[in-house]
Amino acid sequence: MSLKHDIEFTLNGVKRRATVGVGMTTLDMLRDVIGLSGTKYGCGEGECGACTIVVDGASLNSCLMFAVDCHGRNVTTIEGLASDAKADALRDAFVLHGAVQCGFCTPGMMMQASHLLACHPDADADTIKRGIEGNLCRCTGYKKIVDAIASVGETAK
Amino acid sequence: MTGIERYVVPASLEQAVECLQQLGEVTILAGGTDLMPQSQAGRLKIKRTLMNIRRIPELKGIALDGDVIRIGALTTISEIMRNDLVKKHLPVLAEACDHFASDQIRNAGTLGGNICNASPAGDTLVPLIVLDAEVELASKPDGKVYQRTMPLAEYFVGPGKTRRAPAELLTGVRIPLPPAGHVARFFKFGTRPALDISAISIGIAGILNQGVMTNVRVAFGAVAPTPVRALHTEEALEGKRLDAATIESVANVARDEVKPIDDIRATAWYRKEMIHNMTKRMLDHVAQA
Repeated sequence: MSLKHDIEFTLNGVKRRATVGVGMTTLDMLRDVIGLSGTKYGCGEGECGACTIVVDGASLNSCLMFAVDCHGRNVTTIEGLASDAKADALRDAFVLHGAVQCGFCTPGMMMQASHLLACHPDADADTIKRGIEGNLCRCTGYKKIVDAIASVGETAK
Repeated sequence: MTGIERYVVPASLEQAVECLQQLGEVTILAGGTDLMPQSQAGRLKIKRTLMNIRRIPELKGIALDGDVIRIGALTTISEIMRNDLVKKHLPVLAEACDHFASDQIRNAGTLGGNICNASPAGDTLVPLIVLDAEVELASKPDGKVYQRTMPLAEYFVGPGKTRRAPAELLTGVRIPLPPAGHVARFFKFGTRPALDISAISIGIAGILNQGVMTNVRVAFGAVAPTPVRALHTEEALEGKRLDAATIESVANVARDEVKPIDDIRATAWYRKEMIHNMTKRMLDHVAQA
């Protein structure tokens, strides 16, 4: 039996408690313990970015983070963007530019894009390309995604 | 995963080294970006105690301490990259951090973790070696906290293996402020810019005065079981005028000095040729700058 540990943290603005395995990933906690399945499991080793979340203002791969390390921290997932006006604009831009095809990379891409725009509100295409280096999309060829993110950067000015 | 019997989160350096001394079999968790995939894949077994060091204030921050820049072990790669002291005095380290994995991994991965993971291809290791970095190691063997330092170039023993004793904690890195005229260059070769593990990496540093390099440091990554200082290459460059003939002969010494292996990222032959060609190109750039 694997060792369990109780943690308390803020998830999408709400205080939460959870009992998690000590070796468990934050991704598994979100999906299997808490039941938020918007964060996706792609590769499980930090290569694809489908599991990107924001913790204390920095984007991270939730598949590389120990769930126990969420204790006391502020975690935002794709579900948390539902109540965020800037994220609404980003979501609309993804739709408008056709930046969503199969949709599997989209939650991670949205999380990384919203973090990128929080750090660089006026990001140009090169900055956006560097910013989403850790997110793989097998459908779009990235151009539509970069265009979508850039359009929100411009309208935010 | 099933072998973990205890999870501890020390709040101070003293508590952490006490735990290491008393509990014996401890795996240390910082950013988790290496520990998690390695333990999930079964390449590494977490020991009986998992110790999360992320709450220890003494391991955080970048500060100027006399003529040394001290970077705490928990400093993330992103924090190093954006830090003004680093950008001003150690631009080669900021550049290497910019080539490190992806934004998400740079935001989580720590300098101490990159060092203790002891990969021959670790991106910060080659620039730190040519900057004469030392590691700080703390322990508490007899009721008192001891600190020792060791040149980073001597810290690595093999892939994943270092000279850190089981009861020691790596607390930070100390880098002397580079003197006037100091130049440093870093090159990493992989197949794509992001999220790639080096096929080779090269660091070259020294003091350039009227076309002559002194205090030369050369280090290579991913050509041996550990990152290595290239003493013959350094000797070939030390005190020489950086002209075409010197650069060609230094590049030849570099190619002869490395003993890489064939693996999935490159063949030994290719690595040796890359070491030659890129050493030459980097020195050409230094000469022209």
